[in-house]
Amino acid sequence: MTTDTPTARPDGTADALAVPAAHGGCPFDPPPAYREAHRAGPITKVSLWDGAPCWLLTGYRHSRAVLGDHRFSADARVPGFPFLVPGRRELITRTTPTFLRLDDPEHARQRRMLTGDFIIKRVEALRPQIQQIVDEALDAMIAKGGPADLVQEFALPVPSLVICLLLGVPYADHEFFQRHSRTLLDIRVDIEQVDAAQQALTDYLSDLADRKRREPDDSVLSRLVARDELSRAEAAAMGLLLLVAGHETTANMTALGTLALLRHPEQAERLRAQPELMKGAVEELLRYLTIVHLGIPRVALEDVDLDGTLVRAGEGVLCMVSTANRDAELFEDGDRLDVTRDARRHLAFGFGIHQCLGQPLARAELQIALGTLLRRLPGLRLAVPFEEVEVREESLVNGLRALPVSW
Amino acid sequence: MQVIIDQDRCCGSGQCVLTVPAVFDQGEEDGLVRLLQESPGPELAADVRLAAALCPGNVITVHGDPG
Repeated sequence: MTTDTPTARPDGTADALAVPAAHGGCPFDPPPAYREAHRAGPITKVSLWDGAPCWLLTGYRHSRAVLGDHRFSADARVPGFPFLVPGRRELITRTTPTFLRLDDPEHARQRRMLTGDFIIKRVEALRPQIQQIVDEALDAMIAKGGPADLVQEFALPVPSLVICLLLGVPYADHEFFQRHSRTLLDIRVDIEQVDAAQQALTDYLSDLADRKRREPDDSVLSRLVARDELSRAEAAAMGLLLLVAGHETTANMTALGTLALLRHPEQAERLRAQPELMKGAVEELLRYLTIVHLGIPRVALEDVDLDGTLVRAGEGVLCMVSTANRDAELFEDGDRLDVTRDARRHLAFGFGIHQCLGQPLARAELQIALGTLLRRLPGLRLAVPFEEVEVREESLVNGLRALPVSW
Repeated sequence: MQVIIDQDRCCGSGQCVLTVPAVFDQGEEDGLVRLLQESPGPELAADVRLAAALCPGNVITVHGDPG
């Protein structure tokens, strides 16, 4: 982590903010440095580790506007695109881009090959299977006996099993892809390691896609390769994106969400008494925890007047959705977790054309996983003091290293 | 109230279906938005407006019956 010394800029603004900022003491809250920046104003000019100028947007309105504006590109190959750590820019040049890092029309072409697989109706039909996966994971954890690490026994296997089922990936390989997924999201490891992890996963998914081409089944990957509109490399890259995004994010939300409910027992009790509140509670947890805690990067394709601030073409922008989701403009007393709040306007899944494709699936998994956990384990409690629960500070996605619990 | 959709901009997030299933649906194959009612009743107005605000692709336009 770099620590810039404060320097006065010609325009008079102070530049004392290191990006990415260090995690604070609380596993739920955005880094204190970003919250401090927000108190001074919702738009802060910062320099990244490589000296590149970047605009840090900490308010709700600006993040929503930029993420919904086609003049800001998600294409990491565009000069000026903000990278949070060294090496990633070079890695991008060796990577087949997916719709996550492409603009329209190519973005729409790729994404629309998948939109049919994630419609609400299809995900709703999966609920019984998700419930079964959740129940079996809990059965196994209970059979082993506590204390147990909820991350390893529950939060990670559940979404892994679900995405494997959907994508057509053998769960038997979970140690392999979970380990490499973690490396991909690790901003502290050597870039060569990230490259190796990406290569290993790409090879794995290329082989799997070849197999689906020869022996089609009822999986997303199989349908994807059957369309014949993607190159072998593109199909593997999309499979990789779905696999990583499909389990890491939901796993971290499940673990952090559980910890948040254990830390706010009155909220957990409320949900036990009124399970019908769970849908809204998941939106509130998504808002409150916003696990994409290092922000969503974009680069301006042309000069844009952002509420009186001129963002020049080629300048990077970081939409800090974690602080946006605490913005008093939208969420009164936003630092408070309140499962009865209407939090549906949160930006935890992003906004604009890149908004999370798998959000119906994530919602269903979180509603079922957290609801079942509360119902079946009324005595669920932390097995270590709260202060000893370790946050994965190195990850692009906020989460816990382990969550020791008893019940 | 009149509801207009621009399907070309749809990214299939499903926010509209989640918010007002009586007015919006998704195509089974392409996952893109389908409008079930062009003139939903006043009892749905607030939800339709929320759906328009939540739509990440700015697909939904609402006319008439302000407030």
